[in-house]
Amino acid sequence: MVTPVIGSLERRAVVARLLRDRDGLLVVTGLGSPSYDVHAAGDHDGNFYLWGAMGAAALVGLGLAQAKPDRTVMVVTGDGEQLMGLGGLATIAIAAPANLVIVVLDNGHYGETGMQRSHTGLGIDLASIARAAGFAGAVTVTDRAGLESAAQSIRERASGPRLYVVKVKPENLPRSLPPRDGVHLKNRLRTHLGFVVA
Amino acid sequence: MRTIAIDDRAGAAGVEPLDWPKELYRVLKQHDVRQMSYVPDAGHSRLIELFLADADVVSNLLTTEEEGVAIAAGAWLGGQRSVLLMQSSGVGNCINMLSLATIGRFPLLMLVTMRGEWAEFNPWQVPMGLATEPALAAIGVRTLRADTPADLVETVRSAVTLAYDADQQVAVIISQRLLGTKQW
Repeated sequence: MVTPVIGSLERRAVVARLLRDRDGLLVVTGLGSPSYDVHAAGDHDGNFYLWGAMGAAALVGLGLAQAKPDRTVMVVTGDGEQLMGLGGLATIAIAAPANLVIVVLDNGHYGETGMQRSHTGLGIDLASIARAAGFAGAVTVTDRAGLESAAQSIRERASGPRLYVVKVKPENLPRSLPPRDGVHLKNRLRTHLGFVVA
Repeated sequence: MRTIAIDDRAGAAGVEPLDWPKELYRVLKQHDVRQMSYVPDAGHSRLIELFLADADVVSNLLTTEEEGVAIAAGAWLGGQRSVLLMQSSGVGNCINMLSLATIGRFPLLMLVTMRGEWAEFNPWQVPMGLATEPALAAIGVRTLRADTPADLVETVRSAVTLAYDADQQVAVIISQRLLGTKQW
């Protein structure tokens, strides 16, 4: 446990920066605000938004990264969603995909359900957990300079999976709603990758 | 046509037992399965070994079974077929995560080895053994049960087509009678 850090970065600005000039990036989002943030940055056929299955985001990213080793897969999720899939960090660490980047927008709270404090808001440090698990990189970003440096390093090839914890302000912004049809989202991404949808 | 023993543990004289894990591996490879994820189970141990020795298949060791449901969805998004191996107790861990497979109509193939239903010595295995098939049915996953090695191979062959060609979510239930009593 560490002294909790409640963030000051603007989540929409963070996501917009990370997705600027996204090139061939594939993006998987965790349910709730991260899905809205990624959608607000501009919908894209290379995005797959989760609306449920809490704890799935990083692992959907793992399966995709393993299937498409030539593409960088970025998971954008929240602290609560990643905490529900905490064991998944161990699974990802031993799988060691070099093309998987997990971005946790950490506001220290469960924003969708009334802003109750989360484990990270009470002192659990996700970057330390990822580091201990053996991630190739595990960084906590608290300011704009750190964000800029993270945005650059995400583009570089790594030796294994990376996790960026970005400390963002706890706030509920107007929702920017992506499509909710899971079959559509699945087929859209597969079509984007050149697979024939039967 | 090869002779198939009804029960490969029986070792009946003159009848070659069916090496069902190897047959399952063959069927899954024939159908281009490229990712395998698992929580270890004694009943799956040989199939797991076969996959771990295969450099053309990415194998993921899981901390809990629902991770494999999410990995399978990601693999399909990226154009690959996968298979998820678990014991019946792991089915209970998967339930909410299975909504991803069912609402997205993601092909899903689970091979579930049963505990708690046949000559079970551990009472703690019984509740989830009873709940395995009803729980899967409740969340919308089709179950196909196999009681003999020969039936199991054909059932998996059928399940592969249902999953990967018909976009179904399928769990093949490998009965404890087929697997045999756990040696304690």
